[in-house]
Amino acid sequence: MKSKRICLTAPYLVWSVGFIVLPLVIVLVYGLTNDNGNLTLANLAAIADPIHLSALGQSLLIAFGSTAISLIVCYPLAYILSRSHQSSRLVIMLFVLPMWINFMLRILALQMVLANTGIINTVLGFFGIPAQHLLYNRRAILIGMTYDYLPFMLLPLYNAMCRIDRDLIDAAADLGAGRFVIFRKIVLPLSMPGVISGIIMVFIPSISEFAIADILGGSKILLIGNVIEQEFSLTNNWHLGSGLSVVLMIFIFISMAIMNRRGESEVQAL
Amino acid sequence: MRSRGQKILERIYVVLIFLLMYMPIFILIVCSFNASKARSVWGGFTLNWYVSMFQDPDVMAAVRTSLLLTTSAAVIATVLGTLACVGMTVASRRFKKVLMSVTNIPMLNADIVTGIAIMLLFVRFWRLGFASMLAAHVTLGVPYVILNVMPKIEGMNQSTYEAALDLGATPAYAFRKIIIPDILPGILSGFLLAFTISLDDFVVTYFTKGAGINTISTMIYQQVRRGINPEMYALSTILFLLILLVLWAVNRIQAVQEGNGRRKEAAR
Repeated sequence: MKSKRICLTAPYLVWSVGFIVLPLVIVLVYGLTNDNGNLTLANLAAIADPIHLSALGQSLLIAFGSTAISLIVCYPLAYILSRSHQSSRLVIMLFVLPMWINFMLRILALQMVLANTGIINTVLGFFGIPAQHLLYNRRAILIGMTYDYLPFMLLPLYNAMCRIDRDLIDAAADLGAGRFVIFRKIVLPLSMPGVISGIIMVFIPSISEFAIADILGGSKILLIGNVIEQEFSLTNNWHLGSGLSVVLMIFIFISMAIMNRRGESEVQAL
Repeated sequence: MRSRGQKILERIYVVLIFLLMYMPIFILIVCSFNASKARSVWGGFTLNWYVSMFQDPDVMAAVRTSLLLTTSAAVIATVLGTLACVGMTVASRRFKKVLMSVTNIPMLNADIVTGIAIMLLFVRFWRLGFASMLAAHVTLGVPYVILNVMPKIEGMNQSTYEAALDLGATPAYAFRKIIIPDILPGILSGFLLAFTISLDDFVVTYFTKGAGINTISTMIYQQVRRGINPEMYALSTILFLLILLVLWAVNRIQAVQEGNGRRKEAAR
């Protein structure tokens, strides 16, 4: 009986070999060869090209920035929400709702807010302040990524904090711990899994993002995602594009290993 | 414990973030009723964009593609993932570990790499089109299904299933009557997540879509670069309201179920 049940994994096993492992092997093959089919490391080494290196640097900078800002904004928010009893479920739902709105729509909406004729500048103009150039610079990309990925930080933090046993905090308070001690000794360590999975869920999409940079950065700022995308859509150099993808992938898996993958399971229980 | 002042500060903080998050969406909705094409000029109230949106064949085609793609991808991902979870309960630890590591790849890898990888696969061995998009979206969704179903299966009481077999149930019958109802909440939330991931996706779709085929995401991307048609605002508003409705319904159902559960518990 049991030996039969293992067959149920067969469809997914075939699927994951065909659509997860095989495609990555193809990327690797493209990345390690040139047009003539010869083995080469040039496509991987191309990351050292100043343009590519600066793109990778910009991506890292913006990804770190948006991850840090979302963590700083969401941590107190998640804490407040997890402590309030009244209808907190509906409130958290409202905060996560933007996550269900199409990614492109959110960018589009943000573009309208930041535009030269957008709402912020209209309000500023009302007070006689000259229009600010809010769009098409690095700050706009940073705002866009933070806005877009904020719910992905909030949710794991909130879930982790909800699991903290209220009695622990009460017991600590009874035993004379001050607010700061309670935070440092109980809340902070117990919310760490949420912090880690929040960081992962914001950092990874933002390091490889190209559409936000394209729309809010006005194609002026090249991120590593834009470079890779252009190798496929403009210059048609698939070998170079694949090579850079491999580098990006290695990069991501190294940062994952550093952060250790404790927090993965936080994605569940939406 | 908390002082009144602190409570007020907390309130202000929550409301402030809330307003910041919803301001862009609110402006989008207002613009969908604006007769003027310019974003900062109010040209009067109109429903014209809604009318022309429904008559625009390109928009309607993109909506149809999105719905078909997302629904079928979520269904396939849910079936594949659930079966895999059930099968994995009897697998050796090593087999399970390998399969779970492979499962984590699409979730942890950059979307751009996943998209390029599946695009290269289809270009090399077949061609791009609806099938390649579907394959990509299913691949994106399965890990989330497994992540939601796995803990439910592991937390399940195995002896109920074995008792059913002892009492003469066929494995298929016991599977349907015992295992499925037990893990249903996990399956549903997995389905919902796979659906969301697929509907929201832009990057992977962008690389795996064939020429001339668009989802809502890729259509908006093209339009944003060329100059946006206010029909998009109307479409966004409708989608937003739909999502709000669905989430509200899900919330209601869960609340009712929980209420029933509590009543049952009390009756015991």
